[in-house]
Amino acid sequence: MGTDASPAIRFLLDGEVIALRDLPPTTTVLEWLREHRGRCGTKEGCNEGDCGACTVVIGRLRDGRIERRAINSCIRFVATLDGCELLTVESLSPSSGPLHPVQQALVDHHASQCGYCTPGFVMALYAQYLANPAPSRDQVLDALSGNLCRCTGYRPIVDAALALKDYPDQGPWSRADAASPPRLAALVAIQRDAALTLPGYAAPRTLEALADAYAADPGAQLLAGGTDVGLWVTKQDRAFASILYLGDIAELQRIEYRGDTLVIGAAVTLAEAWAALVAEHPPLADLARRFASTLVNNSGTLCGNLGNGSPIGDAMPALIALGAEVHLRCGSATRTMPLENLYLGYQKKDLAAGEFIASVQVPRAVSGLRLAAYKLSKRADQDISAVCAGLAVTMAGERIASARIGFGGVAAVPARARHAEAALLGQPWTADVFARAAAALAQDFQPLDDLRGSAAYRRLSAARLLERFRLEHAAQPVRLRIEQVSG
Amino acid sequence: MGGAVAKPLVDGAVGTPLRHEAAHLHVSGRAIYVDDLPLPANTLHAAFGLSPVAHGQLRALDLAAVLASEGVVAIATAADIPGHNNYGGIVADDPVFAGPLLSHAGQPLFAVAATSHRAASRAARRFRADIETLPAILDIRAALAADSYVIPSQTLRRGEPDRALAGSAHRLSGTMVCGGQDHLYLEGQIAVAIPGEDGQLLVHCSTQHPTEVQHVVSEVLARPMQDITVQCRRMGGGFGGKESQPALLAAAASLLAVKTGRPVKLRLDRDADMLITGKRHDFLADYEVGFDDSGRISALKVMLASRCGHSADLSGPVNDRAVCHVDNAYFLEHVEIVSHRCRTHTVSNTAFRGFGGPQGMLVIEQVIDDIARTLKLDPLAVRRRNYYGLHVRNVTPYGQTVEDNVLDTLTDQLEASSGYRARRREIAAWNAANPVVKRGIALTPVKFGISFNATFYNQAGALLQVYKDGSVAIHHGGTEMGQGLHTKIIQIVAQELGLPASAVRVTATDTAKVPNTSATAASSGSDLNGKAAQAAARTIRARLVAHLGSSCGVTAGQIRFVGGQVQAGERSFSFAEVVRQAYLARVQLSATGYYRTPKIHWDRSRFTGRPFFYFGYGASVSEVAVDTLTGETRLLRVDVLHDAGNSLNPALDRGQIEGGYLQGYGWLTTEELFFSRDGHLKTHAPSTYKIPTARDWPAKAQVALLALEPNREDSIHRSKAVGEPPLMLAFSALHAIRDAVAACGDGGRLPLLPAPATPETVLRAISAIRGEAWP
Repeated sequence: MGTDASPAIRFLLDGEVIALRDLPPTTTVLEWLREHRGRCGTKEGCNEGDCGACTVVIGRLRDGRIERRAINSCIRFVATLDGCELLTVESLSPSSGPLHPVQQALVDHHASQCGYCTPGFVMALYAQYLANPAPSRDQVLDALSGNLCRCTGYRPIVDAALALKDYPDQGPWSRADAASPPRLAALVAIQRDAALTLPGYAAPRTLEALADAYAADPGAQLLAGGTDVGLWVTKQDRAFASILYLGDIAELQRIEYRGDTLVIGAAVTLAEAWAALVAEHPPLADLARRFASTLVNNSGTLCGNLGNGSPIGDAMPALIALGAEVHLRCGSATRTMPLENLYLGYQKKDLAAGEFIASVQVPRAVSGLRLAAYKLSKRADQDISAVCAGLAVTMAGERIASARIGFGGVAAVPARARHAEAALLGQPWTADVFARAAAALAQDFQPLDDLRGSAAYRRLSAARLLERFRLEHAAQPVRLRIEQVSG
Repeated sequence: MGGAVAKPLVDGAVGTPLRHEAAHLHVSGRAIYVDDLPLPANTLHAAFGLSPVAHGQLRALDLAAVLASEGVVAIATAADIPGHNNYGGIVADDPVFAGPLLSHAGQPLFAVAATSHRAASRAARRFRADIETLPAILDIRAALAADSYVIPSQTLRRGEPDRALAGSAHRLSGTMVCGGQDHLYLEGQIAVAIPGEDGQLLVHCSTQHPTEVQHVVSEVLARPMQDITVQCRRMGGGFGGKESQPALLAAAASLLAVKTGRPVKLRLDRDADMLITGKRHDFLADYEVGFDDSGRISALKVMLASRCGHSADLSGPVNDRAVCHVDNAYFLEHVEIVSHRCRTHTVSNTAFRGFGGPQGMLVIEQVIDDIARTLKLDPLAVRRRNYYGLHVRNVTPYGQTVEDNVLDTLTDQLEASSGYRARRREIAAWNAANPVVKRGIALTPVKFGISFNATFYNQAGALLQVYKDGSVAIHHGGTEMGQGLHTKIIQIVAQELGLPASAVRVTATDTAKVPNTSATAASSGSDLNGKAAQAAARTIRARLVAHLGSSCGVTAGQIRFVGGQVQAGERSFSFAEVVRQAYLARVQLSATGYYRTPKIHWDRSRFTGRPFFYFGYGASVSEVAVDTLTGETRLLRVDVLHDAGNSLNPALDRGQIEGGYLQGYGWLTTEELFFSRDGHLKTHAPSTYKIPTARDWPAKAQVALLALEPNREDSIHRSKAVGEPPLMLAFSALHAIRDAVAACGDGGRLPLLPAPATPETVLRAISAIRGEAWP
């Protein structure tokens, strides 16, 4: 199927094929649902992917089955739904029929008060319902990390989620129904072979086609998960003459081991990328969990985070510490550079016109590697860090053989703490040595005051993170993490 | 009043955990909020143009580019206002459109109506303003130094605080600082104005105070209130933020609707909402306290100052309530509280759950903690040492006798159920053994006055309609913001009429159905409107009893309303059959109900009286872990025991308690309002302003209602208000952090921990208590 080249965005909604023409390419899914479709169950709370009131579930075809994920509809462009299935809160229960088990469990547990955030919670929990029939409390909290409720205190919502395992799986969009052959066939039927091309929007199918298109039109805006580009539209009202979408390029969705490295393509979502990184480097688990909400992780991409190059991007410090390199592509030319060299200054990157990040490669774990990634923020989940640190050290006997330290939040770009690294190199693992390294941070960075923290806090806490790293590997173990304390 | 008092065992009876009346709509996306209302095709969308400076003189405002922007249909400025350019409810100092004096960054200058929301937002940014920037006063200390106040300062004094202070065995002084708080209701502010015939206007508004919206629109448009109808089916959260603020939106939308003759929707984007609308007042308090060896307070002097922002709004009553809650649970024999209401060039702060009470109470909790740490006593012992007495030491600083004190009962039970003493010992041992992660624990009480301080607000009305098919609709003046007020009203009415809860319908709050309502605020929603609805239901029931008595030849005492049936002596009818008969017999089937709170009086000028009908109580124990390397904290366990009297609905009340706790926890830990040096709020969306997430509620939590303590006053079914008091249960979390910070020192210094206790604030406090320099 799917040789239709007509310029319409096609996706499924409640089993119906929606075909949209003449829609501005930056129309968001939320905007379309509420203002074009009059389907108002999905709510706008912040229009920036930070509250989850707009959560919907998107299904897409992967390896012959439907993969369904919860995302923020407020910063997702409708055009990127082409070939997908869209589920909203209204999908789960016909107006005259019974409630879906997820909905019923929330009712039974008194889990809604004002109800405005509730549709988002329903959809976040529905995605988990499909993926995990009996989640742990921690898994529920992960699933809800991008959904804010100002009324309940969350306890009844979490209780409802944990009780769901005891509800019969029945009715429309039960697990069985969601996986049924007709649902799959309907999605297969709307796949297309050729690239979707709309006025001001193209979704090439190959890396080569993308490279050619971007070289020919270097002013185009690259779009992957849209968790940042979406904000430029909703918050800054920016317009783009043309958009190149990376999400339909199979080559860029790959995660593969190449030699001693893990290579992550530019269209790999944060969720998949972090899963692969944590599998390879377990000390990244805490950072991975706190990096962003599940909703953002399901849409955004790791390479997008790197390409955006924010001084507070939380992926860079750890990847810089690990010695990650980015593969760049410009037309048919390619080059590779250490990640830290990509950042020249505040929002300035070493990218030529028409050049983009095709993938990032991260060295695999080696024995004896001491690795840590620390994020400091006001709130545990889904916050932007005041300071973020990545530390990777190898030992030769009792001496430090190599040291790479990346920091975010303390300079105009994510950067290596080269003076601190030098203070560690060749030295033993002692408090004095680490104190000298912490003091050397003052030569590496002159942080600023802002809403996330004062310069003084950044200076002191950055130094303290080196101390935490030392203590983690100290001869005498010390209880270090509040996450591991129970009342 | 005829008829036996019904105690029916039916679905949703008073006291049972009936689910929220709209729960099935919430979860299915079918609950309709203002932004979801289908509107006529010619509806316009509006947006405000905002002041770019905190303080300045507007010399010229050029709107040509706004008007020329795509989709723009009309602009409204102050010049378009036929009535008063004001939405300040108490003091007329809050212009709908500012100028020529601009008094905070984000203040609305004009509104533009366009064919879409995006078009209006885009156009609203395109104005050019010639502004002479003036020096801005941004914080409390600066305002105090400049004697900059929105209303005059006031002093409450009892006894001889100076003399008592001089004679005290111990004295100490300190400063309490707490930040403000944005409401962050998930549904932003919104109003839709739809022009009707002959100058009338229908306004749909997300508001806790439809009558105030009606009143302000009428004043702005110079139309009588009879021409303005305001409706609100539900809000997506309010928390006090939709008490005075929605009138601004409604006024601007109404003005544009009148000007264009078309419906106008004005919905604030999140950033605009946070920049334009008021928040919880931040406070500071300089105190001096005298006390004896046991920790009992002999005298207290407090200078209490709040940041009101650029206008008075509700700051007068907010600060009055702060003054009236400095005592919290403690008897203060000799006391002086000087209250300053500071004018700053920032957004005008407003009502927020607790309404100044929490800020006042934080002062005394810090004072008590300081005393305990000075005397090396457990803070709980010092708290209990100062609790109000049952028969002596039981008069508040403002002269109200505390007649319903349950503090000791509450504290005894919670101390036991939480294992407070054993845990304190265990934590001390942990702290001795662990240099990096310190733990802390605290038990704090809440005593909160219930009623509006301003006596005249304490009234409510209801309208009960029984249709001839036997179905029942209750209208009342309260609004539904998620707290479950409508659910409780249904339970109350159903109980009076012996009906299942499912037989009673509540619809939108509507100024055309019940006039002159008070705000749904001050935790009073079910107290006031519940009594009014009950009165209406009793009137109807009495009419039905009278009719049945004569038609069946039975006495009133032989008639019972139960389980949807009416028993009249030996005979039994369905409720619908009785109604049908009554209709045919020409019995009036609609009735109003009215209630005003008894016993209360208040002399604002002298700060004396009985402002509160009764007090709500609660107590909590919180335990935290603190990372002393970074200042990060985590809530480990919460135990709550709360006094809801005879709870009308224990499920809804538990929801208020847990939600209130976590909202208070956010205020005191992660929620930081950060202003730049030129007065711009930099935390104006959830990306930068961090309210708690699901991860912040601890896995270990016990929340219980105090049993067997009916309200000693004749409140609705002897219940107690439960909207605001639980917010202050979170004090124990702040004090647990304080306890952990104290554990970092050697006991020679007192912890200096302002709220919010962000990681930075905590790390700073740890450095200070260790005597280390802050870099």
